[in-house]
Amino acid sequence: MMYRDQPENRMQLLQKINEVSFAVDDILLYLDTHPCCEDALAYYREQSEKRKKLMKEYAKCYGPLTIDDALESDGDTWKWMEQPFPWEKEGGCR
Amino acid sequence: MWNYEKRLQYPVNIKTPNAKIAQFIMSQYGGPDGEIGASMRYLSQRFAMPNRMASAVLNDVGTEELAHLEMVSTIVHQLTRDLSMEEIEKSGFGPYYIDHGNGIWPQAAGGIPFNACEFQSKGDPVTDLFEDLAAEQKARATYDNILRVVRDIPEIADPIRFLRAREVVHFQRFGEALRSVQEQLDAKNFYAFNPSFDCPCEASCQKCGQQNQNR
Repeated sequence: MMYRDQPENRMQLLQKINEVSFAVDDILLYLDTHPCCEDALAYYREQSEKRKKLMKEYAKCYGPLTIDDALESDGDTWKWMEQPFPWEKEGGCR
Repeated sequence: MWNYEKRLQYPVNIKTPNAKIAQFIMSQYGGPDGEIGASMRYLSQRFAMPNRMASAVLNDVGTEELAHLEMVSTIVHQLTRDLSMEEIEKSGFGPYYIDHGNGIWPQAAGGIPFNACEFQSKGDPVTDLFEDLAAEQKARATYDNILRVVRDIPEIADPIRFLRAREVVHFQRFGEALRSVQEQLDAKNFYAFNPSFDCPCEASCQKCGQQNQNR
C-alpha cells in the first residue's frame, strides 16, 4: 500500500478523519434538535460520506479503526488486535 | 472514541412489571459485581497492559460491558414502568421510588450506591487480570442467584442467561490474556518485576523489545 510505514502520511489521514468525524459528531447533535433542517441534513450527508471513505482508506493502508472495517486491509490475520492504541507514542513505544 | 448503535446486544422484551425483581436485578447495573463496575474496571486497566493482546481484550470486553449495562438497565426500566402505587408500597420498592421515581440509578440490591471502590486498577497486569477473572466469576454467580429467583419467568430469565453466558466467555478470554502476559515474564518468578512499570516498552515497542532480548 502506498502509505504504509510512512508515519507522517498516516497522521495526516488520521487528522482528516478526526476533522470530518468531529463535523459528524457536532451536526448529529444539531440535527437531534433540528430534525427538519435541510442545510444540516445536506451537511451531514456530505460529511458522513467523506468519513466512510476515509475510514475505509485508512483501514486499507494501516489497519482498521473500527470493527466494520476489520477486513479491509491485506493479509489473513486479525489486524484489529494489533492496532496501536491512541495513547501510545509513535512506533508502539509506551 | 465510541459510536452508539441504537439496539440492544440481545433483545429484552418484558411485558409484566415486577418491582421486587427489579430491585434484585438492579444490582447488576450498579452493584458490587455489576456491569458499570466491570466496564469502568476494564477500560481503566487497559492502559497498564504490557502487550497489545491484553490491552485489546480489556478494551473490547470493557466495550461489551457498556452494552451489558444497557441491557440490565433496560430490564430494570421495563420491570418498573406501569407500576401501581399499591405494588410499589407492597413490594418494598418504596425507598427507591422516593429517591428516584422510576428513573434508573446505579445502586446495589441492598441500596448501597455505586462507587469506584467496587473495582481496582493497580497498574500491575498480573494483579489486574486476576481481579478481572474473579470479577467475571462474581458476576456469573450473581446471575446464578438471580436465575434462581426468575427461572420461571422466561421474559426475564432469557436475557439474564445470555448475560451469564458472556461472563463465562469473558473469563476464558481474560485467562488467555493473563497467559500472554505471563509468557513475557520470568516463569520462575512472575513477580520479579512489574512489566508495566519497570519496563513498559518490552512488548509493545519493537525497538525496546529487541534491546531487552539482547540483554
